[in-house]
Amino acid sequence: MAFTLYALIQTAILCVNAIAVLHEERFLSKIGWGADQGIGGFGDEPGIKSQLMNLIRSVRTVMRVPLIIVNSICIVLLLLFG
Amino acid sequence: WVSYLFECGLRESPFLRMRSPGSGTSDPNQLFDDTSSGSAGFRSQEASGLGYPAQALLSEPMSNFAMAYGSSLASQGKEMVDKNLDRFIPISKLKYYFAVDTVYVGKKLGLLVFPYMHQNWEVSYQQDTPVAPRFDINAPDLYIPAMAFITYILVAGLALGTQDRFSPEILGMQASSALVWLIIEVLATLLSLYLVTVNTDLTTIDLIAFSGYKYVGMIVGVLAGLLFGKTGYYLILLWCCMAIFVFMIRTLRLKILSEAAAEGVLVRGAKNQLRMYLTMAIAAAQPVFMYWLTFHLIR
Repeated sequence: MAFTLYALIQTAILCVNAIAVLHEERFLSKIGWGADQGIGGFGDEPGIKSQLMNLIRSVRTVMRVPLIIVNSICIVLLLLFG
Repeated sequence: WVSYLFECGLRESPFLRMRSPGSGTSDPNQLFDDTSSGSAGFRSQEASGLGYPAQALLSEPMSNFAMAYGSSLASQGKEMVDKNLDRFIPISKLKYYFAVDTVYVGKKLGLLVFPYMHQNWEVSYQQDTPVAPRFDINAPDLYIPAMAFITYILVAGLALGTQDRFSPEILGMQASSALVWLIIEVLATLLSLYLVTVNTDLTTIDLIAFSGYKYVGMIVGVLAGLLFGKTGYYLILLWCCMAIFVFMIRTLRLKILSEAAAEGVLVRGAKNQLRMYLTMAIAAAQPVFMYWLTFHLIR
């Protein structure tokens, strides 16, 4: 209940890390959520599943490098300040 | 004396800025009223007060030049800051949400606690841009949510103080908790709107405004709890929850659902059903948050 902004930042970092570790080949394709399995025709608008797959793929692509930086900062801060 | 002249230059620019909106108040394109006639008298008084000690300095051509240079530097700096700030926070768009007046605020507060009689929930447009909130009661604004948020924190401090649980750090904790829940709610709404691929013109600021309207109900509930005890709190909170639920459904229905479904005609199809569920979920989350953020204040 007693949330701080720092807790929100921590939650956000953890969630984005969780999305980033979902490997394309080893995991997502096995359960049918791979990048090449979602593109339906150009007919009706995409359903929830393909939107979700697009979202996962774009988060992984965009946040790869910033996550390295942010995680390094977190590790250093945790080592220094406990 | 250089700092004194620089101060004169700096004081020029705010007055110049206030004068630029020049047309009448009845024009719907006009966001804010023109109050330059009121400020002109004040400005001449100020200038005459400054003029007397500055007379001797202003007679020299060098100080004339220095004052002109100082004022041009100040306005250049101000322009640069404005331009760069505008890239991150859209200041001009924010101004739209604060263009309110007393009549609008009064009517909107009444609508938030009693939305059952209102018939027409559509936002009126004017050449593709929505009309400013002061001219249309259905338009979202940020003034009421901002004021309600601050008032909620103060009322929470008051409630805790009457139970001898108050300390100044608690105010900060309450503020950051409520802010965090607001951010989480807006992010969840944005995510679900993206997943359902709704073609809507709801911006992020609109969502912040709609999520901030529940603070009005929370304030009324907590005040009732302070005055009338637990039963008063529960009754008033129940009333405000129902009111916010109806308000959100009727407002969001027009924005999220397709045209035909918004008219009230039952349109079949999975897409519209999903959108209706989404609207109801967003509206149902409001009472949950209202209870969650206030129940610990009333013992």
